[in-house]
Amino acid sequence: MRTTVSNDKDYRGNVHELSRNIMTDWMGQLKDATQNPVPSAYLMISGNCVEILRCFDILPVFPEINALQLAIRKNSLPYIIKSEEIGYASDNCAYVKADIGFTMCGGVGKEGTIPKPSIIVCNFVGCNVYIKWFEHCAQMMDVPMIMLDIPFLREDAPSKADIAYVVCQLRELITRCEELTGKKFDIDRLREILRYSARAEDGWSRAKELCKNRPTPYDAYFDSINMMGPINALRGTKEAADFFDATVKEYEKMVADGIGVLDDERFRVVFEGPPPYPYYRNFRNLFEAWGAVSVQSTYSTVGGTWEFGFRHDADHPLETIAEQMIVHNLCNRSMLERYKQIRTYVEDWSADALVIHSIKSCRLFSAGQGDMREYFTKELGIPTLMVESDLEDPRYYAEAQMKNRIDAFFESLQYKRLRQGEEAART
Amino acid sequence: MTRKEVVQQCRDLVDLLPGEALAEARKKHPDVGGFGVFPVYAPVEVIHAAGLMPVGLFGAGDKIELSHAESRFQSFICSIAKSTLELFLRDDMKDFEGVVFSSICDVARNLSSLVTRNAPDLYIEYLHMPQNMYSGETLNYARAEFERFRTKLSQRVGRPITDEAICESLVLYNEVRALVRRLYSHRKLHPTSIAAADVYAVVQAGTRMMPEDYAPMLRDLCDEVEATEVKPRDGVRIVLEGAFCEQPPIGLIDVIEAGGCIVQDDDLMIGWRLFDHDVESNGDPLAALSQAYVSSSVYTSVRHDVDKPRADGLVVRMKQSGAEAVLFAPAKFCEPALLDYVLFRQKLEEDDVPHLKIEYEEKMWTFEATRTEIETFAESMLFD
Repeated sequence: MRTTVSNDKDYRGNVHELSRNIMTDWMGQLKDATQNPVPSAYLMISGNCVEILRCFDILPVFPEINALQLAIRKNSLPYIIKSEEIGYASDNCAYVKADIGFTMCGGVGKEGTIPKPSIIVCNFVGCNVYIKWFEHCAQMMDVPMIMLDIPFLREDAPSKADIAYVVCQLRELITRCEELTGKKFDIDRLREILRYSARAEDGWSRAKELCKNRPTPYDAYFDSINMMGPINALRGTKEAADFFDATVKEYEKMVADGIGVLDDERFRVVFEGPPPYPYYRNFRNLFEAWGAVSVQSTYSTVGGTWEFGFRHDADHPLETIAEQMIVHNLCNRSMLERYKQIRTYVEDWSADALVIHSIKSCRLFSAGQGDMREYFTKELGIPTLMVESDLEDPRYYAEAQMKNRIDAFFESLQYKRLRQGEEAART
Repeated sequence: MTRKEVVQQCRDLVDLLPGEALAEARKKHPDVGGFGVFPVYAPVEVIHAAGLMPVGLFGAGDKIELSHAESRFQSFICSIAKSTLELFLRDDMKDFEGVVFSSICDVARNLSSLVTRNAPDLYIEYLHMPQNMYSGETLNYARAEFERFRTKLSQRVGRPITDEAICESLVLYNEVRALVRRLYSHRKLHPTSIAAADVYAVVQAGTRMMPEDYAPMLRDLCDEVEATEVKPRDGVRIVLEGAFCEQPPIGLIDVIEAGGCIVQDDDLMIGWRLFDHDVESNGDPLAALSQAYVSSSVYTSVRHDVDKPRADGLVVRMKQSGAEAVLFAPAKFCEPALLDYVLFRQKLEEDDVPHLKIEYEEKMWTFEATRTEIETFAESMLFD
């Protein structure tokens, strides 16, 4: 049994190229803005309202994407250590530490790659650390901060008061954007932007739907990153909408031709939790070695749970943005809602197992995942593997230990399958 | 009651598990039900007006073994989350109607989900408290959130929770909060008039008693403490900061004073004494509570106020209490406290204020290393 994959395995394809191109364009805009300032705003990924900023031509900047890129390029640790030198604890979110360290080292501003924002829009959607992170950014850079407090989804649906509260704050944000840019709010422009959003969301959903096929055309955990950038950072642009049209076309063709992301798809799994970005490829290889592919993932839905049907509605611009922020993203939903989401994934996407990647940095994701394992293993009888590391801090990734756990898990799944096959043959 | 009796009763009470504290209250109020209040803040008046006793649910300290919760929460999760879940898994909370959690941090939110799943017979509420204090809809939203709680709690207990009843409870809790403010105010002027550990026990006991029983006792204590002749002693006058959720073992508070510090002010159990003045008790009580939360809350690490940075709040707290240094005491793995520490520290260093950070866990039981740190810190200041 082969349990390793060559490190030079090339996972890139057309979708990766398309994604890289449009994301590189956006990052080019960020870099340009460091030298030629334009109105820009910090924003968080989950349940964001990028459409409103876009309506005023405010350049959106996402510190999470900055942190992610530092990690995946294996550059995060020096910045994390820099932050720890000024008092951040080893137990604090390493996304925050990497971004703050990067800022302290001049990564933001004239000498850096990211512009100093004109405003900081704290879309507090689920993650409490967002508030602290942006408080720190505002303090460090002396930039005004706007709080968008999004009530957590604590009933089946948001109340009228929840919606009214968020819509009011969006109106107040619009006023601030008008003041910042000197531009008058144009609702027709917002509607047009929202139509692009909805088109991208259609594509996202269709692409996710295609993973129900066997073999799945792409890995819904590791390859979803190609779609997450465009859907979360570039949503509302024609480029993002076109990207998703092309993505769907590509994946539909793969499905029609019976081509899967793996040559030999043996195990279909659902992934829970963010990936270990500093060891992205290594981690992926540990699964591919077993012919294990992700057919769905919760992490890919931090920005929006589009595959369950929600689309931005251009006829109700602010209400639809409010609804998306409150209801239709993973971060603002409870753990128990996540259990339901995973269960649907396992059943409807025909998964064999659940893999929980528990990360120290993000307690929103990880706190209580032992209970999740208990629920899926004992109550639903779904084989579940739980492994731990971090999404940003390479010090928490132990490859040998990780490999042992993963190998043992798939070995037992394989053995179980063999036994079931033997029993079926006997009867 | 004498001061000695009050302190002893309070120390005995805080040594009990929440269920045992409820049983203790039932000796006098046989029909009262219990309702857990996880830190930091909840509108306890609504609970009390429902005929229930709000009980501060600050985990279980070192009083229970974690048999199950360790497998549900990872090693990097705070103790209070684990021991609180353990209480439910052990069925220790069976005499309670439910528990209210609020939007203080990501762990507390997930904990509320786990408790919901593992204690299906209880009413588990999660309040999203406002973080934008200046939106045109903030007060309406906050009031609606309290109304939602009232409605669901009323359904749970099967009786209405009237405005009148809430106003009566507001009067009682206003009195309790005013007495606690009185005790704290006196301590700021005469910090050696009462041991910090005694203040801690007394205030925590207030989260485990009916307010109508607690207020007279607290008044007796205040009267006697204020009449006590104070003997000043040398020590570093500090503000204790960071212990707003998980509560430290009482031994740690003893060690802080024994190590040469004098506690002038702190944020222990801050949610139970959140308002800096009385809440309006005539009219719409939920509107009054909303207004108080938005406008009259003291700063905490779990409430964002864009116009009032917490670091400025800490400086004011220091000045008002006459402190000369800050002792940061975040619970281990407490993300809000650990993140706030960075900006607090920055501000204090700009202002040249000495500070020390000590981390604790509720189940901590040896304090020698911490004592050495505190003694070194205190001596470095006293003999500078």
